[in-house]
Amino acid sequence: MRNIWTIAKRELDNYFSSPIAYAVAFLFLSIIGLIFVLNIFAYASNPYSYSEAPDTRIVTGPMAFLLLLAIPALTMRLVADEVRMGTMELLLTAPVRDFELIIGKWLGVFLFFLMMVAVTLVFPILLNKIVVPGIDQMLMLSGYLGIILTAAALLALGVGFSAIFSNQIAAFFVTLSVFVVIWYLIGAPARILPVGGEFFSYLDLSSQFYNNFNEGIFKLSSLVYFLSLTSLGLFIGTTAVEVRRWR
Amino acid sequence: MIRVEELTKNFGSRRAIDNLSFEARQGEILGFLGPNGAGKTTTMRILTGYMPPSSGTATIAGYDVVADSLNVRKRVGYLPETVPLYTDMTVFDYLKFMSDLRHLPNAEDAVAETLEQVGLIDRAEGYIGNLSKGMRQRVGLAQALLHKPEVLILDEPTIGLDPAQIIEVRNVIREVGQERTVLLSTHILSEAQQLCDRILIINKGKIVVEDTPENLQSRLTGAERVQLRVRGETADLVQKISQMKGIQTVQGISEGLLEFQFAPGNDLRPEVARLVIQSNSDLLEMRSINLSLEEIFLQLTRDEAELAGEGE
Repeated sequence: MRNIWTIAKRELDNYFSSPIAYAVAFLFLSIIGLIFVLNIFAYASNPYSYSEAPDTRIVTGPMAFLLLLAIPALTMRLVADEVRMGTMELLLTAPVRDFELIIGKWLGVFLFFLMMVAVTLVFPILLNKIVVPGIDQMLMLSGYLGIILTAAALLALGVGFSAIFSNQIAAFFVTLSVFVVIWYLIGAPARILPVGGEFFSYLDLSSQFYNNFNEGIFKLSSLVYFLSLTSLGLFIGTTAVEVRRWR
Repeated sequence: MIRVEELTKNFGSRRAIDNLSFEARQGEILGFLGPNGAGKTTTMRILTGYMPPSSGTATIAGYDVVADSLNVRKRVGYLPETVPLYTDMTVFDYLKFMSDLRHLPNAEDAVAETLEQVGLIDRAEGYIGNLSKGMRQRVGLAQALLHKPEVLILDEPTIGLDPAQIIEVRNVIREVGQERTVLLSTHILSEAQQLCDRILIINKGKIVVEDTPENLQSRLTGAERVQLRVRGETADLVQKISQMKGIQTVQGISEGLLEFQFAPGNDLRPEVARLVIQSNSDLLEMRSINLSLEEIFLQLTRDEAELAGEGE
């Protein structure tokens, strides 16, 4: 436990001195802000064409999509960079278990991500001032819980693929490709198959988020899905480190 | 402290180390000599738990490096060949991070003490990226010494340092080596001679020879070689020295320079010096020449080739 925290803390500090992290945070927050403002203006200019006032989904909806790009950029260097700098030899000969290293890395980037998400809370607060009688707080909580679970899973996969590749760019593109598969492609058979489609739509990350958490629907099966995906990512990462030793 | 038995490591079809066996006791500095690609780094990586061997066993302080890897890693300080540093951290933060990973109770005191030991206390707040190569090497050494390990494994600790820094680092190693076990690899024979209690020469993954530095020198040459520099004519001197009792060979190398050999244990240097003075020559310099690593190497590998030839 202690080792995990030591590694996470260093990783978190590292993000605060990393230009990539600042660039990702800047783009992430400014795009969400822009979409928020456009939504508000669109509603304000013609409120009668809408059946209801904007809710927090104008924040959480686009945010989930932005994760697809932001997360590979944040995770690509996590393990790949240690290999490049030669510090992997330091970590692998320190009294740290391989899974502690991977979970520590994941926790570090997860905490950084939580800080980024905390900043976006300014939009629901603003929205709460604008709309009458204020926002649906349960919808907001559910949406944000969905974002955090999605991020936890995608970050774990990102760490896993960063551990497989010694090159950051390779890690970025492979991570992004895998995200595209579980976001769009894996759900495709559900729309074609006459039977068994439910299985594929269960695996579909976008429907797990948009059809459940983002609509304020909390399903245990959905929670299990996200936690399993997180474990899978961390397992890939730990295995990749072990394989690195045996090679 | 370190016990290695029949250790073998294959990388694909290439055999990096081949049936290696050796031991190192507590308080011993063991030198690991060999050319690039001899298997020094691979052996060290196996001992530090970085990678497992293909076959054979290695134990450190009684713990197996594969089965008890964590216990081994707690007891070993390791300086890899490419010093593993986070260039965007300060020296202090880096060492603090490493001492946290090692669960040191008074991490900050340990860091300060180690920085004092390697002479970097005034650079504690500096970023590692701004340090010179020599200082980075010392930060790496500090990282290996932090937890006062029972066994210290240093892969080419003095490479890339200037002469003054080399002496400082050697002093640190000598100090540490008094109570603890040190395994260090080097290219430089004189370094091994100065520092080590015992030397292992390896080539192509096999131990070629294992001995104390003193024995190694004489065992390999079978004679002491001395170079003599005088002013003026040497032909006459060559003649005279060759007639002395116990002299094996004499050879004029160039104008004013000659070389002679005698059996070890029978030091003829004072007699030769007296002879030079008596012959009215000016004695400028007299020094013993040691075989360089390259020469020892060539000699050893030649011997091996000959043995193999005889066997066939």
